[in-house]
Amino acid sequence: MFGKLTLSAIPFDQPIIMGTLLMVMLGGAALLGFVTYQRKWAYLWSEWFTTVDHKKIGIMYIIMALVMLLRGFADAIMMRTQQAMASADAAGYLPPHHFDQVFTAHGDIMIFFMAMPFITGLMNLVVPLQIGARDVAYPFLNSLSFWLTAGGVVLIMASLFIGDFAATGWLAYPPLSELKYSPTVGVDYYIWSLQLSGLGTTLSGINFIVTILKMRAPGMTLMKMPVFTWTALVTNILIVAAFPVLTVALALLGADRYLGMHFFTNDAGGNAMMYVNLIWIWGHPEVYILILPCFGAYSEIIATFSGKPLFGYKSMVYATAAIGVLSFLVWLHHFFTMGSGASVNAFFGIMTMIISVPTGVKLFNWLFTMYRGRVRFTVPVLWTIGFMVTFVIGGVTGVLMAVPGADFVLHNSLFLIAHFHNTIIGGVVFGCLAAMNYWFPKAFGFKLAERWGKASFWCWLVGFYVAFMPLYILGLKGMTRRMNHYANPDWQPYLIVALIGAVIILFGIFFTVLQLYVSVRDRVTLRDPSGDPWGGRTLEWSTSSPAPFYNFAVLPQVRQLDQFWTDKQDGVAYMRPNRYEDIHMPRNTGVGVFMGLFGVVLGFALVWHIWWMAALGLAGMVGSFLVRVYDRDIDYWVPAAEVERIERARLAPLQKVGLVKVALPADDEQKAA
Amino acid sequence: MPHPKYARHPRPVKLKAVIPRLRYAGASAFLFLAGCSTEVLNPKGDIGAQEKSLILIALGLMAIVAVPVIVMTLVFAWRYRAGNKKARYAPNWSHSTAIEVVVWSVPAVIIAILAAITWHTSHTLDPYKPLASKAKPVTIEAVALDWKWLFIYPDQGIATVNEIAFPTDVPVNFHITSDSVMNAFFIPQLGSQIYAMAGMETQLHLIAREPGTYAGLSSNYSGAGFSDMHFQAIATSQQGFDAWVAKVKAQAKTLDNTTYEALAKPSEKNPVAYYGQVSPGLFAGVIGKYMGDTPLGGQCAGKQAQVAALPSNHTHAKAAE
Repeated sequence: MFGKLTLSAIPFDQPIIMGTLLMVMLGGAALLGFVTYQRKWAYLWSEWFTTVDHKKIGIMYIIMALVMLLRGFADAIMMRTQQAMASADAAGYLPPHHFDQVFTAHGDIMIFFMAMPFITGLMNLVVPLQIGARDVAYPFLNSLSFWLTAGGVVLIMASLFIGDFAATGWLAYPPLSELKYSPTVGVDYYIWSLQLSGLGTTLSGINFIVTILKMRAPGMTLMKMPVFTWTALVTNILIVAAFPVLTVALALLGADRYLGMHFFTNDAGGNAMMYVNLIWIWGHPEVYILILPCFGAYSEIIATFSGKPLFGYKSMVYATAAIGVLSFLVWLHHFFTMGSGASVNAFFGIMTMIISVPTGVKLFNWLFTMYRGRVRFTVPVLWTIGFMVTFVIGGVTGVLMAVPGADFVLHNSLFLIAHFHNTIIGGVVFGCLAAMNYWFPKAFGFKLAERWGKASFWCWLVGFYVAFMPLYILGLKGMTRRMNHYANPDWQPYLIVALIGAVIILFGIFFTVLQLYVSVRDRVTLRDPSGDPWGGRTLEWSTSSPAPFYNFAVLPQVRQLDQFWTDKQDGVAYMRPNRYEDIHMPRNTGVGVFMGLFGVVLGFALVWHIWWMAALGLAGMVGSFLVRVYDRDIDYWVPAAEVERIERARLAPLQKVGLVKVALPADDEQKAA
Repeated sequence: MPHPKYARHPRPVKLKAVIPRLRYAGASAFLFLAGCSTEVLNPKGDIGAQEKSLILIALGLMAIVAVPVIVMTLVFAWRYRAGNKKARYAPNWSHSTAIEVVVWSVPAVIIAILAAITWHTSHTLDPYKPLASKAKPVTIEAVALDWKWLFIYPDQGIATVNEIAFPTDVPVNFHITSDSVMNAFFIPQLGSQIYAMAGMETQLHLIAREPGTYAGLSSNYSGAGFSDMHFQAIATSQQGFDAWVAKVKAQAKTLDNTTYEALAKPSEKNPVAYYGQVSPGLFAGVIGKYMGDTPLGGQCAGKQAQVAALPSNHTHAKAAE
């Protein structure tokens, strides 16, 4: 009846897990109770869960990412503590069975369920506003993408309490991840949570490519697109090209585990090297999928706060595109030590270092954007400067490991761990937090409190260096990754320092949470009445904060880059049109929620081999989709009068300070008459 | 201000002369590590020494761009801070062909130099490349098991668990495979690592120049017992090596198919073990059993020579390229 699932799947004997489960249940019960007490269920359902508004979906993505950051970081600090303790073959407090799941979950959660949702959330929030569109091309698909990703989150979190998670490392290399060596359900949780969220990511990639290519405001040619949108375009092209490879690789691994096939097994003609190639053909573009939108965010931030246009816009666009193409030609550098020939290794090494040229150009462009500017050291700028310094170091160590001869002694060592955290924390995490501080007012209508934002930045920056510089040294001292304990006591002092660094980062995270709390509390004083709190250059700042659900009452006309900045210079940024028109908008739908829910049922059932339940989940997904297909009531019109009422309320305070101009005086005369 | 001596006598700078000096630039970046005695930067063999030198040259080359970028970031950010009204403000300046040419070409030139070095060293440091030496190499066959290393000396007819020995100044030819999941064979102070994979043979060629006992490990995570999957690599004199071989040979234990099957079962924290005798062709049999060859139990002396020469091992490993 319940396949492999029995009561013994719940690890009652593990105090850490049971304690966490207790906290999650208490916290969850408190949250549910609070929502019920406040009678907010209907509001949550109709305004948030069923929404197809790209801004709200973006916000939900980012909330999910922040929650998963806490989970992933809990894993990180557990690992650092274990390694700080387990010197001279001391056992530490985490046995391998648990420790191995923790480092696997840390990697998967941080990449798939923290970084990806954060990036997708930012693109959701910003791209339609930047290109002057009213929503994405396929609003329902967008909601579906989010709920599928959320389904993946539910599955990976369930693995903590019911059964176990993969103990294979974050990419689940076979043959270790094959049934013979990993007989429990851990790898199955891995496969299905990633398949579910991966499907969401692919759909969202298609959605954004179409949105950016087809829904730009009149006059916005590709070379007049804001840089963030450019990076989003390239990232989504990479998503659509790379994620199907992941889907196929995991499907083949699933076929090995479920159907007794031999794609990657040791015997019967299987070849694990094929999986390693496939997973990195997805995996290397993946790191650019994460970093490119962050590059875009840094570009917008540095230009805005330097009070200058971005230096070398065209260079930036070409560099982004070049990185996108090259990212597919470097995957083998993740396994130079597999025994490929010297020429093959050299080719992939050289392609890898070529990527550093466009990346270096980007750094120079940011530098020369500050040059002869008026740099305001706001929180987003601090993150950006912290990134520029940190990322250079990560880039240097990355190019170093692209040299096969050097990689032969650095591969899989803690030097590698330090390197990719150097680029992912210094690049992606800093970028996400910079972008969150930068675009927060557009999402909520008030700014984030500077003070705690700065405190968070300094803790993250210092904590990063304290946590990861020792790992570079340990890598050179021959310490390899994923060790539960080690014989060499020389390593321990460095690992203790690294733990201290992790604790400093913990304070950074705490201050970010505090910053959110304080900002919500002081939202009235932090309010952004104009919609343009930073002196922005791009279209998203031309509308109100928070943006109205239709984004723009009248679609903007674009004649050049940074159109909004020019409009402000010319005094025509806040024009009241002579006439408003009806606006066509998509209607909310709960189908995405149901499909995500049935997706969880399907995934959970497949993990535990509960076939009837799997059939139910699949039927539920297909059924919900059919309901949607035959639903004709999917859109509505906002009457012009309603738009006018909203716009007048918004422009009234701006009118008082004399910002608003009226497009045609005739309009007012008519009104007066 | 440059030192007057250098100002008056500018020396012609040759690339060949500059590159070795980059070592020192890279070395200075790692000065703070000097007291740490890091294994990788303190190699005891030729391959490791070349790799150390490569690391320092590459770091030195990259420092040419990286250091100015970091300095310029901090200097520009400070100089052009909003509070500094003395600094020039050019609110519309966003293009300079000259700067663009420099920022594309300087990194490109450095990468071109590094690419040439990469091409060259990828071939000289190819783990499969035998080392040139007058001495007759020692051959060691390594098998990664759950979770220990089995080493077979085919020429000496002995086998060990978690310990190897070899003479200094003599090339050591490793033939490596796995009878379980993927691992990697690595002695940090001697240089390169390489994966151990079932059904395939990878190769590694190392040489030690200084006697000593060096830590060896699996550098690719392989499951629950992975953390204890380390071994000792003893580099010693020829006499010391001969004595070590004699010590192993004196052990009564034999490694044949039966004892191998028992050894291959998962176990953790295995102590060092010696086998005075080993069935010939065992290593080829371990590979062959995944290649659709005769099962391990059915090996016979005649068949082994055939299996050992198995060209498919090599082509198979290469196939993934």
